[in-house]
Amino acid sequence: MTGLLYLIPIALLLGGLGLAAFLWALRSGQFDDPDGAAARILLDDDLEEDEEDASQDAPRISR
Amino acid sequence: MSAGVAIKDASARAGCPSGLEPSVETTTDDAAGVMDPAPFVRRRDGLCELELAVFGARCAGCIAKIETAMKAIGGMERARLNLSTGRLSLAWRDSPQSSNKTAQKTIQSLRDLGYRAAPFDPQAMESDHDAEGRRLLRALGVAGFAAANVMLLSVSVWAGGADMGAGTRGLMHWASALIAIPAALYAAQPFFSSAWNGLKNRHANMDVPISLAVILALALSIHEFFVGGEHTYFDAAVMLLFFLLIGRYLDHRLRWRARAAARDLLAMQAMTAQRIGEGGVIEPVAARDIVVGDLLMLSPGDRAPVDGVIAEGTSHVDLSLVTGESAPQKRSPGESIHAGVVNKSNRLVMRANATVENSLVADLARLIEAGEQSRSRYIRLADRAARLYVPVVHTLALATFVGWLFFDGGLRVAAINAIAVLIITCPCALGLAAPAVQVVATGRLFKRGVLVRSGDALERLAEAGAVVFDKTGTLTLGRPVLANRDDIAPEDLQDAAALARVSRHPLSRAVVEVAGAGAAVADAVEFPGLGIEGMIGDDRVRLGSAEWVGAPDAPDASLETWFRRGDAAPVRFRFEDIPHQDARGVVEALAARGLPAELLSGDRENAVAAVAEQLGVSRYRAELNPQQKAERLLALRAADTKAAMVGDGLNDAPSLAHAHVSLSPGTAADASQAAADFVYLGEGLSPIVEAVDVSRKARRRVLENFAFAALYNACAIPLAVFGFVTPLIAALAMSGSSLVVTLNALRLAGEGRPSKAPAP
Repeated sequence: MTGLLYLIPIALLLGGLGLAAFLWALRSGQFDDPDGAAARILLDDDLEEDEEDASQDAPRISR
Repeated sequence: MSAGVAIKDASARAGCPSGLEPSVETTTDDAAGVMDPAPFVRRRDGLCELELAVFGARCAGCIAKIETAMKAIGGMERARLNLSTGRLSLAWRDSPQSSNKTAQKTIQSLRDLGYRAAPFDPQAMESDHDAEGRRLLRALGVAGFAAANVMLLSVSVWAGGADMGAGTRGLMHWASALIAIPAALYAAQPFFSSAWNGLKNRHANMDVPISLAVILALALSIHEFFVGGEHTYFDAAVMLLFFLLIGRYLDHRLRWRARAAARDLLAMQAMTAQRIGEGGVIEPVAARDIVVGDLLMLSPGDRAPVDGVIAEGTSHVDLSLVTGESAPQKRSPGESIHAGVVNKSNRLVMRANATVENSLVADLARLIEAGEQSRSRYIRLADRAARLYVPVVHTLALATFVGWLFFDGGLRVAAINAIAVLIITCPCALGLAAPAVQVVATGRLFKRGVLVRSGDALERLAEAGAVVFDKTGTLTLGRPVLANRDDIAPEDLQDAAALARVSRHPLSRAVVEVAGAGAAVADAVEFPGLGIEGMIGDDRVRLGSAEWVGAPDAPDASLETWFRRGDAAPVRFRFEDIPHQDARGVVEALAARGLPAELLSGDRENAVAAVAEQLGVSRYRAELNPQQKAERLLALRAADTKAAMVGDGLNDAPSLAHAHVSLSPGTAADASQAAADFVYLGEGLSPIVEAVDVSRKARRRVLENFAFAALYNACAIPLAVFGFVTPLIAALAMSGSSLVVTLNALRLAGEGRPSKAPAP
């Protein structure tokens, strides 16, 4: 049973890390635009120009 | 202005490329109404910042399209579209001289892409921050963390049972206390403050038993922990808070989202004006910065931002938002003009004789306020349940305490059982019952273009037993439409349209609308208040009033204009403000649902009678002023008829506020939207029927949830009263009932999903 003396603090530490991560995410505005975050993953604006021309199936608006 | 439309790439679809949102037609007509966003630009750290509300952006394609176009504008440093709120935040580096041009360019280029956009007032933006939502989310996070970890420890205590030594159990309780006490005290703050406010006002809301249960559960557990007892309720306290905070957050999000959407609509009408400064320099100003004595220019299509007197120019103005009168009126220098009046034909210069706060709108605001006070007396279903529930539960707990004290003798046992009653009856399910249903119902209506302002608006709409309509702009299109096309020879129509194309008068526009595209008479001249004259071939042609054209007196009082080619007989064009296509269907559908219709209008008697007959509405009243409309609503209220009011004009705003529940179209005046519980978007009235149906279903779900909560309590209370409840049973009962209530609410989203496929 002495294992509990280590295990309980470890469990709490991990849970606390999760809570801290949540509060940090909230503070840094990551919950401001959930719809946008879901959609932005489809954008390929971080690709190089020639790469971008090659990818046909991603939604891409250009003239 | 039309140049912007011409550069639009023909292959790129206007608006949202996914087709989730129908694209808006951007015509040269709308372009005339593009407001100058310059007064809304904020300068900070050498950057010009502007917030825009963008309508119609729904997908990743929209983000790419909009942000790419914005970044292509010279000097743009930041362009980020928030898809959830539809806000586009822009910042550019620019010299002060050209920054105004950049601001205008952004709105113009959004319009060319097929999105409508409107600037936000920076002052309004400051108050926009959702601090309350953040606070609830933080509390929810803390409660969730505590609930998970305390449950981890509690489950091992329950599973350990008799095998677990007292020392180990003490360690578990000690760790639980360390987590649960600070977490509960932090996460319960929203409930404590609300309960305290309720008690100060001498009424017990749902938060009173919640706060009591949390505090007593903690106190009992601390006591048990120190005397080395077997059961503690730390897990119950934090789990209770976790579930209730979910309900609270949902409720908050619902109201906040509706408020934000309503603000977007109002931004669409946020007014700027063209002020004529010293030396005739025209500068854009925000409406709220107008002072008495300012000279303002009203181009055709502009709306007067304040009350004033016309200083220069003669034009036709549209009063429909102010009085409900559908026919355009002529106004000349020296005549007064009210805020909200739209200039239709010629350039006007007006002198402001009131600020925004003191204009006509302000008078109406007082009437609105009076109405809203009477409405705030409405008690939500959940609070009505709480009124029944709180005394019953507290009496039961007291009876348990007294009973155990007498028959068993132990103070400790009596206290434990009384507190167990409070904990197990704590309204987890009741706290979730209404918000969960209302969030689902509101989400469903939101997808159909109906914005709901608050949860109790749904409850009030479900109760409505009559519907009162305004005429102009609500049941009807709010603009004249050519009514006697069949009596007019096609060549006359084409020639009249060729003249009409040079004019912005509403009747000219109605003629052009029927005739379609075509050439305009190059040298036609418009005479304000009379008509248009020009040459077609060798003939002098005129389109205008009967007298000016030389026509006989009108056979009836309809809106009309006359066309005459040379010396030929004059041709009469008759106009009507026709009802929406689905108006009759909606009136009938509402009657079938037990909501008979009544028509209240500020328009002329015969115009109202014609529309009433067309739609099969037997009860109507015409030529009412705003006060009389509101009085009619009060009379209905006095007769115990719960009336739903649908209206759009400023003259409707007081009656919207006096009605039991009110709806207003997205095109309505801002004061009316502010007074309405529901705002519906798009052409037609069918969203009203949808709103009634959904609100009735929502009411049924809420009542089902209450019934379930009552059933649950009927089972759980005897167990608690007789002392059979352990923390394990309390935990199972609470989470089980919350789950059932939430699932029942979700049923509302699944059923009756619109079968209509999105337009290709």
